[in-house]
Amino acid sequence: MAPTGILSDYRVIDVNDLSKTYRVHKRPAGLAAAMRSLLHRRYETVKAVEGLSFHIGEGERVGFLGPNGAGKTTTLKVLSGLLHPTTGTVRVGGYVPQQRDPRFLRLITLVMGQKQQLLWDLPPVETYAMNRAIYDIPRAEADATVNALIELLDIGDLVRKPARQLSLGERMKCELVAALLHRPRVLFLDEPTIGLDVSMQAKMREFIRDYNQRFGAAVLLTSHYMDDVVALCPRVIVIDRGHLIYDGDLKELVRRVRPEKRVTIRLSAAIDHAQLQAQLATMATVVSIDAAQAILSVPAARVSAVVRDALAALPVADLTIEDPPLEEVMRELFTAQRREREVAAEASR
Amino acid sequence: MIRSALRAYPTLLRVGISGVIAYRAEFLIWILTTNMPLVMLAIWHEVAADGPVGRFDQKQFTAYYLAILAVRLLTSTWVVWQMSMEIRDGTLSAKLLRPLHPLIAYSAEHLAAVPLRFLVISPIAVILVLTAGDRLAVRDPALLAIFLASLVGAWLLIFFTMVLMGALSFFIESALGLFELWLAIHAVMSGYLIPLESLPGWVRQVAHVLPFRFMLGFPVETLVGLETRSAALADLGIQWAYVAIFCAAAITVWRAGVRRFAAYGG
Repeated sequence: MAPTGILSDYRVIDVNDLSKTYRVHKRPAGLAAAMRSLLHRRYETVKAVEGLSFHIGEGERVGFLGPNGAGKTTTLKVLSGLLHPTTGTVRVGGYVPQQRDPRFLRLITLVMGQKQQLLWDLPPVETYAMNRAIYDIPRAEADATVNALIELLDIGDLVRKPARQLSLGERMKCELVAALLHRPRVLFLDEPTIGLDVSMQAKMREFIRDYNQRFGAAVLLTSHYMDDVVALCPRVIVIDRGHLIYDGDLKELVRRVRPEKRVTIRLSAAIDHAQLQAQLATMATVVSIDAAQAILSVPAARVSAVVRDALAALPVADLTIEDPPLEEVMRELFTAQRREREVAAEASR
Repeated sequence: MIRSALRAYPTLLRVGISGVIAYRAEFLIWILTTNMPLVMLAIWHEVAADGPVGRFDQKQFTAYYLAILAVRLLTSTWVVWQMSMEIRDGTLSAKLLRPLHPLIAYSAEHLAAVPLRFLVISPIAVILVLTAGDRLAVRDPALLAIFLASLVGAWLLIFFTMVLMGALSFFIESALGLFELWLAIHAVMSGYLIPLESLPGWVRQVAHVLPFRFMLGFPVETLVGLETRSAALADLGIQWAYVAIFCAAAITVWRAGVRRFAAYGG
């Protein structure tokens, strides 16, 4: 189905200098501290997001990455109108989210892997009926959408069981139908695959990609599973401690942080460990090695030479060349950023 | 928005009724916990055995407390507990993300309980008619109309009061504690425990101007013939004025609260 384009030709998500602070009550553990807090409460202002700016176009799929507490979920909540920004401006589909204009709410959806909107004691079909009424969707159109989504996610036999009797993965799929029933044009997905098994994760990714392509919907996705990001997001926005540290092409990020490639060599015959180690060490940095397989870290410019040497010198059964795992890339990026900040802080003292 | 909310409302009620049926065990247990009027009826019935207390003879007490039980079952809601929980654990987010005002969603959820409550109170109503039917004022069509309007007014007044108290959870952690205090005052000042005309003079005067009576005592007094037509009409006006005031206050506190909503955990 082709998207009907009220959103074409402009930034569907526009975030400028966004900051969000929370006032948090803090007290040490223990009864004495609890009693003291009766009379005198100590509050601390926590900066969840600071000076964040980015823009997302129609139909883009963007990964939103950062360690725990980086400010990802806070940003998604601001973008979906749940939280008011402390400073800065945000527009989604031309609307100011915190004003919660019904037209804005029809445009977006927020799926949080750890929270649910399904009515707990009723079958998901009841939630769908309720959402159909709330979003004022003609019955025939809603039925067609629900049936299409049910077929895509293969949940025909689940939607009539009470939500509380479904497994986490089953519930998550039913949840997606409820969240997408009104065919939102902007999807905020916060850990949509959390707790799902590997095959279910793959299915969910396939579904999100399919929805994005069918409806031209923009997708902003947070996930701690880097496979989600690699599979879905050509572009990533990375934040740490509320600050933007990267916004751009995922491949470019990997190249910039870890310019080496991973070359995995599977051997067709066992070779003496010490001899193999010595041979490989002349070619590149050895990441791991055992009797049947070796993994090398190779600068991008030397990959073809290393492959040629390996094929010539070793009994190679199979050879693969990949980017380093995104988990490693992210870890290195955050470590480097924190080191830079510490150095800057030291210098300013 | 109002037009689409009105279109959605029948479905919301239908889904709400399914929810109430799913929670039927909890619902029945709650019904059993609202037996205080029967306890009070037993006490006052005994007291009136030696002679009437003011305008109340034994039959009047029977009519009064059965009516209290029925009206309370019909008009009470638990939205304050639901709101307080949803605000604190962040599950309110799901309601805020839909293009329907959350207060409309709450109202449908709670109104959906009324049909099942009708089923529960029908035996009470039958007993009321059989034991004290001659004391009921509703044979006068004007008083019947006032009584029905006062029932709606009582439901709305209780609903908005609870929304107001629930919305305080945006600002303070002890909103439910405050509500418990409100309930304690309500028990005395609404006529729930004791008919207001049995209270000492100055307390009765205070009770007549506070909103509590209009949540329970006023519809019951109208039903059991303790109100004249003109007094009932005047009280209906006061009741609906309170509805308007509490509606405005609830919406104001709600709006201010949503700005502070931190959506923790949800």
